[in-house]
Amino acid sequence: MKKISRRSFMAAAAVSVAALALTACGGSASSAASSVASSAASSEAVSSAAAAELTTVEAGKLTMATNATFPPYEMTTDSGEIEGIDVDTAKAIAEKLGLELQIDDMEFDAALLSVQQGKADIVMAGVTVTDERKAVMDFSDSYATGIQSIIVPNDSDIASPDDLAGKKIGTQRGTTGYIYCSDDFGEDSVVAYDSGLTAVQALNNGQVDAVVIDNAPATEYVAANPGLKVLDTSYAEEDYAIGMAKGSALEDAVNKALEELKADGTLQAIVDKYINAN
Amino acid sequence: MAAQYELLKELLNSGTKLSFEQDFFFKFYQAFLLKDRWMQYISGVGTTLLVTALALALGVVLGSVVALVRVTHDQQRPGHKNAVLGFFNAVCQVYTTIIRGTPMMVQLLIMSMVIFANSRNFTMVGALTLGINSGAYVSEIIRGGLMAVDPGQMEAGRSLGLNYMTTMVVIIIPQAIRAVLPALGNEFIILLKDTSLITTIGGKELLYAAQGIMNRTYDAMFPLLGVALIYLILVMLFTWLLSKFERRLAQSDR
Repeated sequence: MKKISRRSFMAAAAVSVAALALTACGGSASSAASSVASSAASSEAVSSAAAAELTTVEAGKLTMATNATFPPYEMTTDSGEIEGIDVDTAKAIAEKLGLELQIDDMEFDAALLSVQQGKADIVMAGVTVTDERKAVMDFSDSYATGIQSIIVPNDSDIASPDDLAGKKIGTQRGTTGYIYCSDDFGEDSVVAYDSGLTAVQALNNGQVDAVVIDNAPATEYVAANPGLKVLDTSYAEEDYAIGMAKGSALEDAVNKALEELKADGTLQAIVDKYINAN
Repeated sequence: MAAQYELLKELLNSGTKLSFEQDFFFKFYQAFLLKDRWMQYISGVGTTLLVTALALALGVVLGSVVALVRVTHDQQRPGHKNAVLGFFNAVCQVYTTIIRGTPMMVQLLIMSMVIFANSRNFTMVGALTLGINSGAYVSEIIRGGLMAVDPGQMEAGRSLGLNYMTTMVVIIIPQAIRAVLPALGNEFIILLKDTSLITTIGGKELLYAAQGIMNRTYDAMFPLLGVALIYLILVMLFTWLLSKFERRLAQSDR
């Protein structure tokens, strides 16, 4: 627990009064609900008032949850280290914030949940901003754009997203590729795997007819697996951003750091290092 | 209820913090009721039960055969070893050693990604793997039961002029079944719960359904607790049926 200085307490009080006034304007909520809501709002105000000192999950460290099966955004090296665009970007952000970067590797769906559960400060795993995700977590400004691509075997008769109807589609559990495909083609024609790598393995085996996954890793997978190709027409376009817990005190600081990295060309240099250099 | 959900969703989107009851209702509704999601759990339970039943049948058949081969081999008179039986005994020993010596998860991945790399029926591959796995454990349970029957029973049967097979089927096995029932029940319960592992190879059972819903709602609590509760109920039903069966078999006791 952080000690609350007098100044931050005053700020907290001011914010909670404002929050109270706002909830009062809400009107339709029952009185019991609004009192709970306002007390929750005031405790939140305390944490945002302490933002100047940057409260993180682990003091002095910026904990980043990721899923290192997503080249070139994050992948493991032969020595077991995690590297990639997201990792280098996070390192640069941590440096700007004066924190040490701590990376936790886990399944993608677990990574998304980890920030909400307070196990990590940020999630960077090529996370696409969607309305559903916005409802449960906050996002930084976008730092990259992604495309959902379709990987098929060279001799496949699938030539466009429409041809996917009636086929078996492999996806990574929890990704937008999985959600879009199961919305469009039904749960029965979609198989969710724990990682994109497993999905591509299943495609190699012929257990699925196509894999829908983000363009950057798709290109890497295809380069590593002769006999597969990425279709020219993409399935969907989307923005990548850094996910944080709802109401996270870090949001402003992260956005500011991100902006500086964009302005001084660091972000572009990182992207070039992993994508354009190949 | 749907109207209430929409109202809460609007509140949430406008940045209002929900009270505990509102939050509970919201998450419960989206985990089970929204878009008839409970249907996904039901079809998941169906697959789970189907896989359990198939694996159980396969496991019991495999286990019984292996146990009989091994017991028959071990009970031969010294110096009168049958070579064919010896060969099958060796095969059975290799089978139990390999299956019991490797993790279930590894077996599943090998079956799905290496041996049946062309199969699209992930559920059946899962059932087959679980059945083969279960067979190894069941064989040891049954072997233990057969060996626990007093050797005097076999001697009595043979001295009455019955041959080995008849003595086995009419005298030894019925007694062994009663002795192994609790241990078998234990194995069946483990099997039922292990079906959740086939979600890693794409088998669409109960846990797969829950994870799908988790990925859409970004709430882990309700889908996971719901699934845990369903497994618990299934296991309790299973236990109850087994105890009924045990009591039925105990009717001949005075």
